[in-house]
Amino acid sequence: MSFFSRSPWILHYDGSSCNGCDIEVLACLTPLYDVERFGVINTGNPKHADILLVTGSVNERNIEIVRNLYRQMPDPKVVVAVGACACSGGIFARAYNVQGDIDKVIPVDVYVPGCAARPESIIDGVVQGIAALEAKQRMTA
Amino acid sequence: MNPAIYALGFVVFAPVLGGLLAGVDRIVSARMQGRVGPPLLQPFYDVGKLLQKRTRQINPIAEPLLIAHLGYMAATGALLLGGTDLIFTVFVFALAALLLVLAAGSANSPFSFAGAERELVVLLASEPFFILMMVAICKVTGASTFEGVLASSQLVAVQLPGVLLAFLLVATIKLRKSPFDISISHHPHQELVSGLTSDMSGRLLAYVELAHWYESALLCAFMVLLFNWSVPVGVLAFAVAYALEVLVDNATSRIKWQLVLRSTWAATLLLCGGNLLALFVMGR
Repeated sequence: MSFFSRSPWILHYDGSSCNGCDIEVLACLTPLYDVERFGVINTGNPKHADILLVTGSVNERNIEIVRNLYRQMPDPKVVVAVGACACSGGIFARAYNVQGDIDKVIPVDVYVPGCAARPESIIDGVVQGIAALEAKQRMTA
Repeated sequence: MNPAIYALGFVVFAPVLGGLLAGVDRIVSARMQGRVGPPLLQPFYDVGKLLQKRTRQINPIAEPLLIAHLGYMAATGALLLGGTDLIFTVFVFALAALLLVLAAGSANSPFSFAGAERELVVLLASEPFFILMMVAICKVTGASTFEGVLASSQLVAVQLPGVLLAFLLVATIKLRKSPFDISISHHPHQELVSGLTSDMSGRLLAYVELAHWYESALLCAFMVLLFNWSVPVGVLAFAVAYALEVLVDNATSRIKWQLVLRSTWAATLLLCGGNLLALFVMGR
């Protein structure tokens, strides 16, 4: 029996976003949405995390940080890109220091569109991330 | 009944009790914050997942140290219920805690090292109390074992109200509750990432979690020593104390280590020492 679907621990990283998506991610933890109902914990520690939730695009300064966080997470792990900037670079795509979307740097499993992404769609993205996590766990087991 | 059966019972059932307690804790905390909270068995799902997840070893010495930490924590309860001397039990308890500090210190990361240092400070804050508490219990009941204290006609909590109050304060440290959760916390986004456990992943973190369940059950056994009317009364008292701890955890914020040390030492000296002095003056 796999416990990954019952206990997905999340690491939230903000690339170069406007903070709109970050506020929506934190809204998921509030009483209205309460993702802890599903066993989700916002860990803040890559070594404990199963799902890397990235908001915003990558820029020259944070490419290594995103890669480092991803490498520090033990397998099986899943990346969820939240918001237009994380999925495609968004309105900042042409800024001189912006590299673009997250999958330019690390492999992304789930894309959550929206500007800003709604809490409902973020939770839906996490649920799809859990399915991907289960699939990866079956492959490695 | 044979004390060996009690000891074996602790080793088998303490994690179940501790895990359920952690589950109730999370639900009650969530309700206090106006949320629904996770299922009751969530801590068991978490540990199950950690055991299935791949483990990254930063320093190979950490795993034997953490297994020893878990083993000594289980052994502390087994020794206590098995009829070993109370003060000896407290020293084994301190050794168990020290093994966790060594495991965290072996990781060579600033966060986990700072967590290890802070854990040493909270050990320094809590250990004098536990020794004094056991001395006081032995003094009042004239017995030095778990069974002996339960069989005593002297009611410990009535004679040692100061010790009971200080126990409530020090239990906050051992249960890793705010405002004393300076070395590790269950809540995210603290200044030390995850403190002690920052560099522990997969099954290493599961050992720490299991050891904490044993620790919670052990504190319940300590409470039974203080409420030695009967075991159910002691367990009920622990449940009330735990509810208070959850309330304090949700209502306070973390304090600096200096204040942790000062407040617990002051409580140990004034409440425990004062209590013993009062008994001495009254000629018991």
